[in-house]
Amino acid sequence: MENSKKQLISPDVSDQLFKVITAVCALLAVAVMAGFFIQLSWSSIPAIRTFGLNFLISSEWDPVKNLYGAMPAIAGTLVTTGIAVIIAVPLSFIVAMFLVETAPPALSHTLSHAIDLLAAIPSIIYGMWGLFIFVPFMQNHVQPFLADTLHLGATPLFAGEGNGFGFLTSGIILAIMILPFICAVMRDVFRMVPPVLKESAFGAGATSWEVTLDITMRYGARGLLGAIFLGLGRAVGETMAVLFVIGNVQKMPTSLYQAGTTISATLANNFAEAQGVFRSALFELGLILLAISFLIQVLAQFWLNRVSRQMGEK
Amino acid sequence: MNWIKKTAGLSIAAGLAVSGFCAETINGAGASFPEPVYRVWTYNYQKANGTRINYQSVGSGAGINQIKSKTVDFGASDNPLKLEELEKDGLMQFPMLMGGVVVIVNVPGIKTNQLKLDGETVANLFLGNIKKWNDKAIADLNPGMKLPDLKVNVVHRSDSSGTTWIFTDYLAKVSAEWKKDVGCDKSVKWPLGIGGQKNPGVCNNVQKIEGAIGYVEYTYALESKMPTVMLKNRDGNFVKPEISTFQAAGANADWQNAPAFYMELNDQPGKDSWPITGATFILIYKNQANKAKAEAMLKYFKWCFTEGAQSATNLKYVPIPENVFNLIRSSWDKSVVADGKPVNYKSEE
Repeated sequence: MENSKKQLISPDVSDQLFKVITAVCALLAVAVMAGFFIQLSWSSIPAIRTFGLNFLISSEWDPVKNLYGAMPAIAGTLVTTGIAVIIAVPLSFIVAMFLVETAPPALSHTLSHAIDLLAAIPSIIYGMWGLFIFVPFMQNHVQPFLADTLHLGATPLFAGEGNGFGFLTSGIILAIMILPFICAVMRDVFRMVPPVLKESAFGAGATSWEVTLDITMRYGARGLLGAIFLGLGRAVGETMAVLFVIGNVQKMPTSLYQAGTTISATLANNFAEAQGVFRSALFELGLILLAISFLIQVLAQFWLNRVSRQMGEK
Repeated sequence: MNWIKKTAGLSIAAGLAVSGFCAETINGAGASFPEPVYRVWTYNYQKANGTRINYQSVGSGAGINQIKSKTVDFGASDNPLKLEELEKDGLMQFPMLMGGVVVIVNVPGIKTNQLKLDGETVANLFLGNIKKWNDKAIADLNPGMKLPDLKVNVVHRSDSSGTTWIFTDYLAKVSAEWKKDVGCDKSVKWPLGIGGQKNPGVCNNVQKIEGAIGYVEYTYALESKMPTVMLKNRDGNFVKPEISTFQAAGANADWQNAPAFYMELNDQPGKDSWPITGATFILIYKNQANKAKAEAMLKYFKWCFTEGAQSATNLKYVPIPENVFNLIRSSWDKSVVADGKPVNYKSEE
């Protein structure tokens, strides 16, 4: 029995088979990625033909006249992502700092897990929470406070009637969403700093703050940048959490209190009913989003590779 | 690299072998506006007759796309297709249900059906020409009512939808400015306001924002208990949104003279007609490829028009009146064929 089995599948063939299967699986990832690009480009041809490069800079959005421009969606994506990063990066930095440098080990361990759990919450939950709890809170407390109590209402950035929806609200929710991702990477970067470096600095009489600024940050600077890029990548494409609170209006952002839209929110809103050039314009928007995310990922990889290489050298 | 090609070929062959199809099921896709009724119908019909109907509420546009690419047996759309477009693909359409779109408001002190508006004023509110709730145009329509000095906040649908098509079609009919500047479609370039996700999203946003005005399908206004407004109809009467006024609009529509059942039900004459009423349509191929399936499908639709009418009314939709159903039957007899013969949907099982 055993003999005949050996003859049926010789080690040579099974080796070969294994090689083939693994190669196909690995190549599938590349094929899917390339497929996305090709499919999106192919489907956006009618829109590219109709609008040309003007699509990228036009802020017209009129489904009745079949005129579309990507500018409000691109600008909205950049503004919400920008707000998210501006809020999330310093916060994650402080939290990671606390976890690695000052927290007692037991507390640090528990808190690390709690922050990782934040990353596991599905984005639709953030969206629902945003719509039912955070929007009214922004409308009744945060926005009046910023506009009237701090008198920021006079500046164009906070102009207009705050009704809770809009760029600021979306940006803050995105910040909460990406915080655990940035924080986790920053934590690891801080841990990569060799203790001997920090100890010698402390020994030389440096304060905690000086050690952080001159040793940890300098040593991990590139890793920290990588962390920011990872957060960026996630914020750029986020759909559900933003969709509920952004207000969904195709207008260029002029104030943080204003309602607007992002690329992913525009896609989610319109795909089911879109036909013809409209559909093609949405595909082109998708292509733009893919290009932006791709760029961010490539940059992140680039930074992370550099930082690991540098660590190796030292 | 030859082994890569071989393996790829093998896996494609395996994939093809697995896929198959089931003949006993009828698949439909499209409009979300009548989805609550379609769900009840398919469930009850399967219980009573054993025929299984799958309906996916993917949106009218997607429904039209899917029937055109023949991935479903029937499509459903909230806006009728023009005769030429139907002819091009060999399709026919007929109305399945009617329903009303209502205007909801969140103005302190104003309860349901207290505020009276006319078409022109609604258009001006959504155009941003009327900025405050105590504007003269509103006050003139509501003598004696105490209106607050409150900013008007417009809420519209953020997704493309048949409800928006019905509402903007109405505004285009009653306001020349709306027709010229905005127009009518499943999504439009809104002059102002913020967007909400589907009907519940609009309800929610109106509820959250003081001074808000929005439009939703009637059932959703009832469910969320949002105050609706009375509207002035074509005959000059102020009517409340309710089943009876939707029915009045449907009954006054002249289906007899509508080629391919192309009908916009908005702004119908009649003293009780609710002005913003729409029908939702079914699309099928005139030339049915599968005779058994075609019979089962038409039997199902016939059942919907007759036995199904009560469950539609229970859900606050308006069933198609009998005289219109007779028109639909005669158009089935005339146009729908399988194997070159008319489809027999009348015979008892």
